[in-house]
Amino acid sequence: MSDSPMAAPPNSSPPRPPASGLGAWLDQRTGWKQLLHEFLDERIPGGARWSYVFGSGLLFILLSQVVTGIFLALYYVPSADHAHTTVAYLVKVVTDGAFLRSLHAYGASIMVILLVIHMTQTFLFGSYKAGRELLWVAGCVLFALVLGMAFTGYLLPWDERSYFATAVGTNILSEVPLVGQWLKLVLRGGPDMGTLTVSRFFVAHVFLIPAALLLFVGLHLFLFRKAGPAGPPSGDAAELRRRAQTFYPRQLLMDAVMALLLIVILAALAHFRPVSLGPEANPADTQFIPRPDWYYRPVFQWLKYWEGPLSVVGILVIPGVLGGLLVLLPFYDRRAERRPGKRPVATGLFSVVLAGLVALGAISYYADYHDPAIAAQLRRQDEAERRFMEQPFEPEAQAPAAAPAAEAANPLVEQGRQIFTAQGCVACHGEGGAGTALAVKLTGIGQKLPPDELARLIRHPNARMTAGGMPPFPLADDQMKALIAYLDSLH
Amino acid sequence: MNASAEQEPLSAETLSPAERARRRLIGWMLGVSASVLGVLMAIPLVRVALYPLLAQAAANPWADLGPEDDFRSLTTPVRRVIQIRKLDGWRQITAERVVYVTKGADGKLEVLTAVCPHLGCEVQWNPDLGQFKCPCHGGTFAPDGRHLSGPPPRGMDPLPLSVENGRLRVQYEYFRNLVPTREVMS
Repeated sequence: MSDSPMAAPPNSSPPRPPASGLGAWLDQRTGWKQLLHEFLDERIPGGARWSYVFGSGLLFILLSQVVTGIFLALYYVPSADHAHTTVAYLVKVVTDGAFLRSLHAYGASIMVILLVIHMTQTFLFGSYKAGRELLWVAGCVLFALVLGMAFTGYLLPWDERSYFATAVGTNILSEVPLVGQWLKLVLRGGPDMGTLTVSRFFVAHVFLIPAALLLFVGLHLFLFRKAGPAGPPSGDAAELRRRAQTFYPRQLLMDAVMALLLIVILAALAHFRPVSLGPEANPADTQFIPRPDWYYRPVFQWLKYWEGPLSVVGILVIPGVLGGLLVLLPFYDRRAERRPGKRPVATGLFSVVLAGLVALGAISYYADYHDPAIAAQLRRQDEAERRFMEQPFEPEAQAPAAAPAAEAANPLVEQGRQIFTAQGCVACHGEGGAGTALAVKLTGIGQKLPPDELARLIRHPNARMTAGGMPPFPLADDQMKALIAYLDSLH
Repeated sequence: MNASAEQEPLSAETLSPAERARRRLIGWMLGVSASVLGVLMAIPLVRVALYPLLAQAAANPWADLGPEDDFRSLTTPVRRVIQIRKLDGWRQITAERVVYVTKGADGKLEVLTAVCPHLGCEVQWNPDLGQFKCPCHGGTFAPDGRHLSGPPPRGMDPLPLSVENGRLRVQYEYFRNLVPTREVMS
């Protein structure tokens, strides 16, 4: 094409044909071409790389979590007496319900893994430096929010596992000096775990934290685009600029491969190893050994080492200091050097903390596995969960309503009911005499007034009734008898 | 100076026609595969969302109306609240529904659902008019359920009846609204 004699010489751009068609029509009104250019032609110093795919992978999983979460909400009821039944209904009855729930649950785990990789890569590449401090801080906030999502979402199925893990998790708050006990009460909605706890965790999980999450994702992306991609940590700046590539197509293709990989992993896990649901939470079960999900295992193990007055150091001071050091990293690590090999202290510290967390998690599993009593009980718990999953779904039985009201049996009452409707009483006093904005309810009136008094008031309403719009009803005696029999039956 | 000159070739306007064509092709391929994948991924979501519609419907429940003898000397339609046990999603409930026991044109017992065939309001028996009247849009029906006036496209719908051990039983069904012919909804 380009060597055809008709083609314009490459250096003088051909005169643009007048814009026409739907694309141009939309572009004039929305400016989408400029927007697309803005999104796709971001320049990446040094070119596209596989190590950059984790951020967009996170964005993809977040999207998946939002969508699967919305569909889970079609069946979920956030209340302690229905939550477990509704999740059981979803996974045992609804087509693809177990698959959907597994996508969401595994999505949470994968998100934590990707977050750690994304953060590690940012740290090792020193990409938090040179004007990217706020980008890093926003990322740290996102990390905390994702852990908050994992914590609040874990409780919602209200099975044994989630109930006891969250009971322990919320109790940790008591360790916070002065306000700890109060915080725990606020989070739980009372001293005990109960239906208010489910409501609170639900609201946090689907409204509050997601709102903050979207806000900070927006901020994170905005700050990222403002600063521009950091590029690799080593190499001559001019050389990197020369080798720069736009985000589209190479990096976008790499990101697409990452998304595809995530889809395959998630779908395979959800299909072959669906997440199970345990028996409904039973607070009286004293045998149950609570264990958090894997990403909280390191913290769980860490807490075992701290007892007595020192525990506040282990539970709050040390994690607080480490967290603070992490968040404030770009503010005190101000050297321009980005190569990980030339930053032995930073790289070393980061590796030690990361390795420590991994080791703590491993020790936790190892300890459980090698304590015969605990291992046996954990096996029993898994077995109970497996048995529960095999049982058919049991719908929540509502007690049958009281036997059909006496009106059905007594023809006089039925006649009275028809008079009540025909005379228009129902218009103001409501169906079944339940009362409306216009007139008082009549239920129980038979217990308050004797029949003669009732008949007199219907024929000759008193001043207050007249003022309220009640007309006199000169009914024949037999009709009045039927009407009063009906009124007597209202309760 | 030099750097900005090097950056220029990357902006979309100055790409060679071949490169532009290549990018457009990649864009199409990405768009098509993303769309196919998106549709595939939507399948489980749709199946979850539509489960209540795709599930095998339970047989319509039967309810007790009391001894058949109670209705022998029926002169005007009587209203009855029946109780039906049914599954409502994840719960087993006892739902209350209104029916009218009346006599058909042939003098035989008939049970009509109170659901108006127009837009589903609860039709009421008006003893003064000797007619059923719908409170919403004023459709009226004869005591045997025939359509007399107003917007409803057909008469009130009779429900299947049976007598077991001298007790009248009725099968509660829903009918498609706004059509002149009677169609049971499963």
